[in-house]
Amino acid sequence: MVDVDLIIIGAGPAGMAAAATSAQGGARVLMLDEQPQAGGQIYRNLGAETPPPAYLGASYAAGKPLLAGLRTAGITGEFNATVWRIDSDAGMPRVLWSRGGTSHAGQAPHVLLAGGAQERPTPFEGWTLPGVMPAGAAQILMKTAQLLPRDAVLAGSGPLLYLIAAQLIDAGAPPQALVETQTPAMMTRAMRHLPRVLLALPELAKGLALIRKITAAGIPRYTSAAGFHASMRTDGRLDFSFTAKGRAHTLCTPILLTHQGVIPSTHISRAAGIAHAWNPAQQAIAPVTDRWGGSDVEGLHIAGDGAGIGGAEAARAAGELAALDILRRLGRIDKNTRDRQAKAPRRALTRAMAIRPFLDAAYAPPPEILAPDGETIVCRCEEITAAEIRQSLEGGATGPRGVKTATRAGMGPCQGRMCDLTLRGILENCGAAPALPRARTPIKPVALGELAALAPHRKTKA
Amino acid sequence: MTIDSRFLPRPDAGALLHMTLDGAPITARAGDTLAAAILAASGDASRHSTMGTPRTAYCMMGVCFDCLIEVDGQPNTQACMVAARDGMVLARQNGARGLRKLSSTPAQSNADG
Ligand SMILES: Cc1cc2nc3c(=O)[nH]c(=O)nc-3n(C[C@H](O)[C@H](O)[C@H](O)COP(=O)(O)OP(=O)(O)OC[C@H]3O[C@@H](n4cnc5c(N)ncnc54)[C@H](O)[C@@H]3O)c2cc1C
Ligand code: FES
Repeated sequence: MVDVDLIIIGAGPAGMAAAATSAQGGARVLMLDEQPQAGGQIYRNLGAETPPPAYLGASYAAGKPLLAGLRTAGITGEFNATVWRIDSDAGMPRVLWSRGGTSHAGQAPHVLLAGGAQERPTPFEGWTLPGVMPAGAAQILMKTAQLLPRDAVLAGSGPLLYLIAAQLIDAGAPPQALVETQTPAMMTRAMRHLPRVLLALPELAKGLALIRKITAAGIPRYTSAAGFHASMRTDGRLDFSFTAKGRAHTLCTPILLTHQGVIPSTHISRAAGIAHAWNPAQQAIAPVTDRWGGSDVEGLHIAGDGAGIGGAEAARAAGELAALDILRRLGRIDKNTRDRQAKAPRRALTRAMAIRPFLDAAYAPPPEILAPDGETIVCRCEEITAAEIRQSLEGGATGPRGVKTATRAGMGPCQGRMCDLTLRGILENCGAAPALPRARTPIKPVALGELAALAPHRKTKA
Repeated sequence: MTIDSRFLPRPDAGALLHMTLDGAPITARAGDTLAAAILAASGDASRHSTMGTPRTAYCMMGVCFDCLIEVDGQPNTQACMVAARDGMVLARQNGARGLRKLSSTPAQSNADG
């Protein structure tokens, strides 16, 4: 039996940085991730034996030092391990995970949730068709399978859309067009955050370089785009219609890649009983934490994009800060040492977060994506349309719970991951009180047999 | 009808893994998830929804459950989370049957969520 001081869920930049910092401070760490390797979303597959394709660029290769940090003594990594429950036993946090069809349980005085983000669902008519996919999902295929989308259309908004367009250009598979929902009004609103951006000039310069690359490659950019609609031809290609600056367009493409930024993955933190709040600037639900990532549940901490979107550099810094406070709580360092060692990551976090208010305003998701109407499917699992949800509200349903009972929206296998926010947007749009949706365990489906045969694993002496 | 893959053909990368999808041969490269292998092979649906509409893998990160497929007789497997292996027998799931079975696990009884 292995005793550990800290269980880290998620091996992205936040989790990797926290593991290295806490292990360097003498803590014994168990790190769990449902992917086959460490890296998280940004550095996915970076540690593969065959070197990653050059077209993924410098920002991808920049994750190598974080991966190297995992070789610090005291870190045990378990991969292909999906955490499905966090609770407590005899006053100590307990984590349950499934690996290769068997479930395990482990306990530690501290658990760091570093599960990251998911892409914001982007509902419009036709978004469930084969060939429509989030842009980040296509990027996962580039990173892990060297699969390049053929003659893609990139549609939506956000820095990641530009990064992926640039990666596709460098890969020799340029997209046929960018269709951007950004409007001049969003840019105007973003401009008042510009003074803070001065702290993040290198970041801004990188973004501008991406846009220059797209322009230089001669890729058409449609802006102020709205009214997305996709339909499939008999040969499988998609007709993607939209308006841009008031004019109607239709593009034909085998693959339509959409993106409207990323949102914290909060099923795990909500199901663990941690308090959450609505973040209006990011239009997302996020856990409430102190400045070290501590939560209102004893022993549970959160760092990285799962605590609120800040990007990889912010996630790395937040991981270090959480680890330092955990080391203090474990009695391995005193408060002064924590505060001294926290100076560099605190500065890095401030720098990384400086550009966020600007990005959040400049690439805000448009109202029709947040609160769709008509025949647009909102709940992909149960195929519930926006019209059906609006009807259930007219029929007397109140709050997410009432809508779910009336329509089954959010009750399929994804447990609302693809529709919670849209449901909220429609409720708000209809003047109903949008309570935060609850999340239940298991947060990922686990076979009943697996639950029954729960194998004891690495139990610490409580 | 068969629909061409929505992705460019990949350069040769040595040995291939051999599987079947609804009885037809399908290959994968080492390191591919099942979802990647299926998307590389065809632009067709890999599942039909409860209402019979075509779907393919969507999020590629275990979030959306659109990639559910039967693997060696085991239904409701997330194809984006499972690595391809030689000899795997894959079958597309159609309609509500498989899904409802999944929905009856405690995970999905979240009506009060
Ligand atoms: C699809 C996608 C692509 C992205 N690509 C980029 C990019 O190219 N460049 C960029 O700057 N930013 C990118 N981002 C933004 C990204 O959120 C941040 O850059 C950064 O990766 C966040 O770091 P993190 O450590 O907070 O979380 P992540 O890097 O997301 O790492 C979280 C880890 O937790 C694991 N995990 C989550 N839940 C569980 C569970 N229940 N059990 C076990 N393990 C779990 C995941 O497998 C993952 O490895 C992307 C985001 C997404 C969703
Ligand atoms: S593609 Fe979304 S869960 Fe597999």
